[in-house]
Amino acid sequence: MSRVTRFAARDPGPAARVSGFLAHLRENGLRLGVAETELALTALTQVDAAVPVQSKRALRAVCTGCREDADRFDDLFDSFWLNGGRVKQKIVPSKGETAKDHVHSSRVAQGAPATGAGEATAPDGGSGASEGDGLGKLMATEVTNLMKKDLRDLVRPEDILAAERVALRLGAALRDRRSRRRKAARKGDRLHFRRVIRQSLATGGQPFDLPKKHRPDRLRKIAAICDVSGSMSVYAQVFLAFLAGLMRADQTADAYLFHTRLVRITHALRDRDALRALARMSLMADGFAGGSKISHSIGRFADTHAKRFVDGRTVVLILSDGFDTDPPAAMSAALSRLRKRGCKVIWLNPLKGWRDYEATAQGMAAALPYIDLFKAANTLEELAGLEPELVRL
Amino acid sequence: MAWNDLQDAMAGHGYVASDDLSVALHLALSLGRPILLEGAAGVGKTEVARVLAAVQDTRLLRLQCYEGLDAAQAIYEWNYQRQLLSIRAAAEDGETGASVEARIFSEDFLLERPLLAAIRQDKPPVLLIDEIDRADEEFEAYLLEILADYQITIPELGTIRAVTRPIVVLTANGTRDLSDALRRRCLYTYVDYPDRATELAILSARCPEIEMKLAGQIIGFVQKLRKEELEKAPGIAETLDFAAALMGLGVADLTDDPAVLQATLTTLLKTQSDQASITTEVAQRIAGRAA
Repeated sequence: MSRVTRFAARDPGPAARVSGFLAHLRENGLRLGVAETELALTALTQVDAAVPVQSKRALRAVCTGCREDADRFDDLFDSFWLNGGRVKQKIVPSKGETAKDHVHSSRVAQGAPATGAGEATAPDGGSGASEGDGLGKLMATEVTNLMKKDLRDLVRPEDILAAERVALRLGAALRDRRSRRRKAARKGDRLHFRRVIRQSLATGGQPFDLPKKHRPDRLRKIAAICDVSGSMSVYAQVFLAFLAGLMRADQTADAYLFHTRLVRITHALRDRDALRALARMSLMADGFAGGSKISHSIGRFADTHAKRFVDGRTVVLILSDGFDTDPPAAMSAALSRLRKRGCKVIWLNPLKGWRDYEATAQGMAAALPYIDLFKAANTLEELAGLEPELVRL
Repeated sequence: MAWNDLQDAMAGHGYVASDDLSVALHLALSLGRPILLEGAAGVGKTEVARVLAAVQDTRLLRLQCYEGLDAAQAIYEWNYQRQLLSIRAAAEDGETGASVEARIFSEDFLLERPLLAAIRQDKPPVLLIDEIDRADEEFEAYLLEILADYQITIPELGTIRAVTRPIVVLTANGTRDLSDALRRRCLYTYVDYPDRATELAILSARCPEIEMKLAGQIIGFVQKLRKEELEKAPGIAETLDFAAALMGLGVADLTDDPAVLQATLTTLLKTQSDQASITTEVAQRIAGRAA
């Protein structure tokens, strides 16, 4: 039996199927434009498109742009083209489609009318069944949310807005003066030859004016790694809002979560809808508020993502309390590997300054030699207060 | 030319390409699109361009990227020394300003760099932009114009359009993330470490005189070694060096002499901590399993 998907009889043809496939990819988070659809069709004419494995290879070369996409592509391809011979009904989305809830999800918009309705159906301030019923439903949703640890309940949109402002200021504070590329400038350390020649023409080859060029300031990149283990759950609200704000304010920033595993959440947080970003993040942060393996996670980061995203112009921001289940030696090994990338490491610890803290967290003591800045921070205001420290870094 | 013809032609030049890579290269050639190859260091990304040039019987122009690379080194630059001399000479000859200007900003005073050279060839060359992720974001922006329209604008000369479209191969090994705009314009393939059969084919293509038994052992050893926890896993180039070293020392069997094996590991392990972690015992264990 063929595994190739059987399309519905009213399906208008191969071109529509391919554009349906690209829509399918888009829905699954691949960033593709209209031009790619055309390119994909042209590409299919260049191979034997009737052979699934060949068209898969051709479409993969066209539609993917990074390794993560390429790895996911096979499953996406199979789910569309090879779904075991079942009839695929919806190929061409109808034009009159209006409700795109998945594009503009907004819990605020859904929530507000609900409260109004509640008041309207209980006009007599009743004591009986109506109020009890409402309360019961409320309780139920709260319980499920707590069980699933939905991050949307921890972070409000206002927090993200405030965090965005803080993140912008912190990003500006981290200016770097080490660009290797020179630009024309009034004051500078090198001659701008092109201009010298150009201006010397007017004076018969005598270079009277000597235009200069200098190295401009360059923003540093921030890679933030946030601990969401059980001991950190009290502070998660602040830090997650900060991460969400940071990702929205700074296009080059990078964000990760860890508890016992490390997850990259950059793409999820870049979602235009702030609350949907949090929803995607909570799906990824499976195991939220569990145990913590800090050294292991930082080590993973140093071995994998750091090789791509961390360079000498990066500041790695670790948000964690330092209560680690791994031995302290693992912590120093992991951090020393990370430092080899040439980055600066800032550790923000909500518990720093507590009386008995120094004695308990041995992992933290092992980490100290590798850290450029070790600060306490557990509110947005305190994060904002870090600005002068970052300028000096 | 179909994609498996391209694969065969590349094999003829000693490059064993996977099916994925061959289809992607075939598309890059037939659609006239740049191709972006990503992968760890030493999996043969740069070699693709060299072999492609050999297959197409054309020139290979290489632009090695580095941090701070700018238009002057990648696209074109004026020959300032000649310009200065020429202006001084013109002043003595009494040449007028306008004609001096026209003369010193002409083709004679233009130094071609790889990108400009690539679009002015009569026969489409292979343009290899190596390690694009080492260059900074500004340079990507220059590249976007060239890759989209195949034209270069020089303020003093005007816009230079491509005579022929070069075959553009970009490579990256993940020093930083590339912009989506650049990725969009390219076909993409991730080049992974080859599997056992492919790597064996590469080794016998590159060292035809090697004995099959030793070749099998070498590939088994390297494949096992890549699974160890190493800072830098050995690439194909390292495998070839390793094989050459063993053949040079006249080794017929990998398990014969632990000291020789340990000595030749310098061709595979390129950091101090990797060398420390693969001790003689570990190497023997891996070699024993590979045999």
